[in-house]
Amino acid sequence: MTSYPDWWKLIFGRFTLEAIPYHEPILIATFAAVLLGGLALVALISRFKLWGYLWHEWFTSVDHKKIGIMYMILGVIMLLRGFADALMMRGQQAIAFAGNEGYLPPHHYDQIFTAHGVIMIFFVAMPFVTGLMNYVVPLQIGARDVAFPFLNNFSFWMTVGGAVLVMASLFIGEFAKVGWLAYPPLSGAAYSPGVGMDYYLWALQIAGIGTTLSGVNLIATIVKMRAPGMDLMKMPIFTWTSLCTNVLIVATFPILAATLALLTLDRYVGTNFFTNDLGGNPMMYVNLIWIWGHPEVYILILPLFGVYSEVASTFCGKRLFGYASMVYATVVITILSYLVWLHHFFTMGSGASVNSFFGITTMIISIPTGAKIFNWLFTMYRGRIRFELPMMWLLAFMITFVIGGMTGVMLAVPPADFVLHNSLFLIAHFHNVIIGGVVFGVFAGIAYWFPKAFGFKLDPFWGHLSFWFWVIGFYVAFMPLYILGLMGVTRRLSRFEDPSLQIWFVIAAFGAVLIALGILCFLIQIGVSILRREQLRDTTGDPWDGRTLEWSTSSPPPAYNFAFTPIAHDLDAWADMKKRGYQRPLTGYRPIHMPRNTGAGLIIAGLATICGFALIWYIWWLAALSFVSVIAAVIIHTFNYDRDFHIPADEVVQAEDARTQLLGRA
Amino acid sequence: MAKATAQTADGVPAFYVTEEEHAHPGGSTMLGFWLYLMSDCLVFAVLFATYGVLGRNYAAGPSGADLFDLKLVAVNTAMLLFSSITYGFAMLAMDKGRQAAVQGWLAVTALFGLAFLGIELYEFAHLIHEGATPMRSAFLSSFFTLVGTHGLHVTFGLIWLAVLMTQVSKHGLIAANRRRLMCLSMFWHFLDVVWIGVFTFVYLMGVLK
Amino acid sequence: MSQNHAEVHDNHQGGHDSHGAAHGSLRGYVTGFLLSVVLTAIPFWLVMNDVLANSTLTAIVIMLFAAVQIVVHMVYFLHMSGRSEGGWTMMALIFTIIIVAIALTGSLWVMFHLNANMMPDLHKM
Repeated sequence: MTSYPDWWKLIFGRFTLEAIPYHEPILIATFAAVLLGGLALVALISRFKLWGYLWHEWFTSVDHKKIGIMYMILGVIMLLRGFADALMMRGQQAIAFAGNEGYLPPHHYDQIFTAHGVIMIFFVAMPFVTGLMNYVVPLQIGARDVAFPFLNNFSFWMTVGGAVLVMASLFIGEFAKVGWLAYPPLSGAAYSPGVGMDYYLWALQIAGIGTTLSGVNLIATIVKMRAPGMDLMKMPIFTWTSLCTNVLIVATFPILAATLALLTLDRYVGTNFFTNDLGGNPMMYVNLIWIWGHPEVYILILPLFGVYSEVASTFCGKRLFGYASMVYATVVITILSYLVWLHHFFTMGSGASVNSFFGITTMIISIPTGAKIFNWLFTMYRGRIRFELPMMWLLAFMITFVIGGMTGVMLAVPPADFVLHNSLFLIAHFHNVIIGGVVFGVFAGIAYWFPKAFGFKLDPFWGHLSFWFWVIGFYVAFMPLYILGLMGVTRRLSRFEDPSLQIWFVIAAFGAVLIALGILCFLIQIGVSILRREQLRDTTGDPWDGRTLEWSTSSPPPAYNFAFTPIAHDLDAWADMKKRGYQRPLTGYRPIHMPRNTGAGLIIAGLATICGFALIWYIWWLAALSFVSVIAAVIIHTFNYDRDFHIPADEVVQAEDARTQLLGRA
Repeated sequence: MAKATAQTADGVPAFYVTEEEHAHPGGSTMLGFWLYLMSDCLVFAVLFATYGVLGRNYAAGPSGADLFDLKLVAVNTAMLLFSSITYGFAMLAMDKGRQAAVQGWLAVTALFGLAFLGIELYEFAHLIHEGATPMRSAFLSSFFTLVGTHGLHVTFGLIWLAVLMTQVSKHGLIAANRRRLMCLSMFWHFLDVVWIGVFTFVYLMGVLK
Repeated sequence: MSQNHAEVHDNHQGGHDSHGAAHGSLRGYVTGFLLSVVLTAIPFWLVMNDVLANSTLTAIVIMLFAAVQIVVHMVYFLHMSGRSEGGWTMMALIFTIIIVAIALTGSLWVMFHLNANMMPDLHKM
């Protein structure tokens, strides 16, 4: 490594030209592909003069529907990245046997498994979940937007900022090589001196701020902005699960932020929280990170429980079985999720009393979850089931999730966990619940609400193809890992000695290819649906004979959601309205008060991302400058008092008349 | 709620709100801000827990009993307490719509806040000068981080206070500004509550034994 | 529940800047202040003059004083009551207290056992 002069260090910090990984052919090929793709995209957008449209209609939008859609797009993009990591790992493990080194050197492989975990949780699952909640919750409660529309936009861009930093690490420097939760002392300054860990810390810190604020926002929305008549026990179940999820977000993401901040101080300032000397204690990090980490898995799954519940009642054509028990189960899970964190580190050695306590609480939490499965089963019982795509995902979920739940209870038994801890059995278990629960649920949610968001249904043929590839692919990819785990194979290995294990890894890799086809079919499904949108068009706004308020407005809904705020009389408010002869009002429209779009969120989040980048590379002048700019931009934003406007009545009349005509034609 | 049960002439219940809806910007602000404060509580919970676990790991270095000057802490506590009541007076003046009094009490609050910060910085400088740096031991790491995070909050509170004083002088006690003053009031009193934990758990208990 | 909602809704409709949260009165602030002064002074006095001799007892007593003072601040300065925002602020506060308690006591309990089992020499340092 050549030495750089002082002026270089002053300007560029520890960035050097060697940090660009031009000696890694895989990365260069990826970089070239991303660059070409990006250029093509920029060219297309410029060619069709879409920059202004994107800026005014999307990037600066405070409309919860558009922000929700942008979250989903972010999730899909990051899914491709995260899944590419998964394929690479499966490929490496399938060939790296008995002396064969595979194609990934260890330092690259370690970055890939870290990036895979971080991306899939923080930048795929979280955006999907937040996106669904953002889009659906205000519509379900009869509101016109969220409580803090600007904050919503800002939260989204902070999440993007975190994702940008993770992506940047691919081509500028490196990513962390420490596993997705970055346990010290490995993640400390002594053993991870490079920029990879700092990318990890600042990406999660920036995205985490966005997530916390979006949690505050959605709680306030659900609490304060429900339509008249909608008591808590008349709230749609998806809104209930969203409320509990956001409570968990607000009550846990600060813990993540503080824990990561302490690790950051260890790395940057030289404090001794999690070091091995001068009184530091790395076990404290593990303890703290899992106080966040366990509720986090419920943050991911609860909203999807809500999706499944909505899907079950809609496609079985009847009210959800055991609504009240579903609500109580959700609330109980919310509280209990704080009492189980130690089951992630039974083997660290806290002893029999502590392990028994957390083992038992973990087993208890499976009870409300089991109750939910029975509620969905009984909703289906004697229902008129329509086997549309969302319903298919629900069925696949119920089977898969029960398997994952049972292996989870196995892991909850401390003596069994001592055998299975850190093995591929664990990997199989959490993919079982995250893919079988979260991912299937996201696809169910997308298939279910897509016609609401865009005005046409998704193409069922490609949807079913994607479904079968995903479901079969999941079982082929992860059942071998259960077997390998029981044989004692540990996680995060990049090469193996025993050739008798190879066949299982080959099967798993084949499963990953099937899942890849599932993702491909999903993308084709979107493309085909856009091309065939006229045949798939939904003019009614209620394509599934839905039961909750989001189906009472047009598809896609107007900017103001509802020309008149609905009044809820029943749990399934829209089903009740249809049953009792609701007539859509055709006159009497008034101007509607709405929040105004603003670019402030994007600008502040962009500055925060630059600040993060500068801190990663020790470019102190830029870090200071961008930090001061963030503060200044926030202050300037508070001087803007003119944040809302009225949609004039005749615009409302036009939009509603257009819908009247559409409904007349149908 | 009356309209939720209202029936139209033909016996069908009303399914939508027909009368004029009032714009109510900021109707959720107080609740939202409270939720933010609760999330901030958890940041402090982590720092307190860390101090609780690591706070006796002196690594053969100085302990709390060696370092803490309780008289200074008592003065500092008084500063924060005074600033709390003066902020309260500002809120009372706001209720009566007396802008000049609001600004005056806010300025007094800011002075107490600055005094608090000054004393804290003096204490930190003194400790570091004596070699009790945050890098010295896990005890000092967690001490500086917990107390420093509180101080950082006070700093942001002061910046916010200055911004609000400018905005009040520019626009007067309009609804938006009143709302902001109330948010800062909650923030400021919240910091005082955290400080009760700090002086009890860190300083007073650190000197014991 | 419906009553609860009615309150929320009323705030929502009629709320201009009060939002159901009381601003307190002069008497309230002064009472809170005086109580705080007393509740702060006693613990400092107990510790600085080593009044109780037994340090465990002192620790318990000053923790109790802190708890009481926190309640005083909540009531007189933050105007907590079961009524503000339709009870939701109180609900959020109670939930937060539960979580903080779990995180604090849980961490201390877990880490005490971990240290005892895994780092038996730690306390000899």
